[in-house]
Amino acid sequence: MSIVALMARDLRLATRAGGGTFLALAFFAATMTLVPLGLGPQLRLLAAVAAGILWVAAVLAALLSLDRLFQADFADGSLDLLSLGPLSLESIAFAKIAAHWLTTGLPLTFLAPLTALLFDLPGRGYGVLVTSLAIGSPAVSAIGAIGASLTMSIRRGGLILPLLVMPLLAPVVIFGAGSVKAAIDDSPNAALLFLAAFSLAAVLLSPFAAAAGLRLNLHA
Amino acid sequence: MMFALANPKRFMEFSGTSLPWIASAAGILIGVGLYFALFVVPPERLQGETVRIMYVHVPAAWTAMMAYAIMAVVSLVALINRHPLADVAAREAAPLGALFTALALVTGSLWGKPTWGTYWVWDARLTSFLLLLFLYLGYIALWNAIEDEVRAARAAAVLAIVGAVNLPVIAFSVEWWNTLHQGESIFRPGGPVIAPVFLWPLFVMAVGYTLLFASLWIVRIRTAIIRRSIRARLSGIREQ
Repeated sequence: MSIVALMARDLRLATRAGGGTFLALAFFAATMTLVPLGLGPQLRLLAAVAAGILWVAAVLAALLSLDRLFQADFADGSLDLLSLGPLSLESIAFAKIAAHWLTTGLPLTFLAPLTALLFDLPGRGYGVLVTSLAIGSPAVSAIGAIGASLTMSIRRGGLILPLLVMPLLAPVVIFGAGSVKAAIDDSPNAALLFLAAFSLAAVLLSPFAAAAGLRLNLHA
Repeated sequence: MMFALANPKRFMEFSGTSLPWIASAAGILIGVGLYFALFVVPPERLQGETVRIMYVHVPAAWTAMMAYAIMAVVSLVALINRHPLADVAAREAAPLGALFTALALVTGSLWGKPTWGTYWVWDARLTSFLLLLFLYLGYIALWNAIEDEVRAARAAAVLAIVGAVNLPVIAFSVEWWNTLHQGESIFRPGGPVIAPVFLWPLFVMAVGYTLLFASLWIVRIRTAIIRRSIRARLSGIREQ
């Protein structure tokens, strides 16, 4: 199985009935609907917190589907088969990360500006909101994959995964939301560059850590 | 020396004889440091008597960071050398690290009330310590969640190393995000900006806290080894 074939298989699994994509988007929309109910309907307040809330909700929505990243394939044995094939565990991890991003991070990137409209996000913020999500959400999938690989043998891994991954994702949220705020304030946007640097490093290094997680669960 | 001690039996002998010395040195240093901190050091010009909180706060923060570094290094050794004692040592360092992190957070927020006017501010160092606490809690939770001990040890070790790689980035991002905490005033180019009267009891306390960590760590490792050998003997009896 090549990397592309593995990605195509995961894309089909995620987008068909019972897949994660729709659920992640629905969770994101539901969270964004709850926020004004909690904070009150004043648009000025909502516009001020929009960038941060959008980023937090996007990260939570991506986390929601992460625990299934390896778990289902581990439980039914397909991960064992994959590991016997020609692909290295690192490549398998990378393919899974890419498929997860294509089915959660990327759709969230397109849904976010629509949600931002409901929060009255100032006009200057939209371009950077989409850019920052496009740049930063791969890091969420990549770092989340480390947590997913470490917890895949735990029956209720979905509960422990957010605790493991949340502190590691702090820079993504800080730079992601910070870049949107900088764009609204019309100040120089160093946050976007930091976000890009963090995301590149995360996507580059995470497959190795995730492969270590897969290895210890498959061969221990 | 580290590898000579990797033998559990030799570790038990060595730690059994050295533990009383380390523990009493910790007690004496913390006692002396506290005496100077509470009775000898003069009230500070701006902060008054509250400066004395520094002597329980700063060493706790140092020890908390040191504990994570130790945990990560021991985890790396455990992953490379596959040694059960290293697994145990890393596991037993985590609750202590979490404890010192919580201690630094609590004493810091008690210090914040009189000096900043509030128990908690979302300042860079406070926030990164809160995240450090979550890293410790996640590490402990992962150990407890995986039943198979070998698997749990390796998973936790990978997590500790990933956390160690990411910690500087987290610290930097939080620093970039907000800074209210006073800047580095001790380890900085050009020497400390704190007067020596205030400084040397702090170092006494820091060494005391480090030795306290060391003795508690040794006690925890010894307990884990003893518990394991009891369990092995019990299962041996059951089989007969």
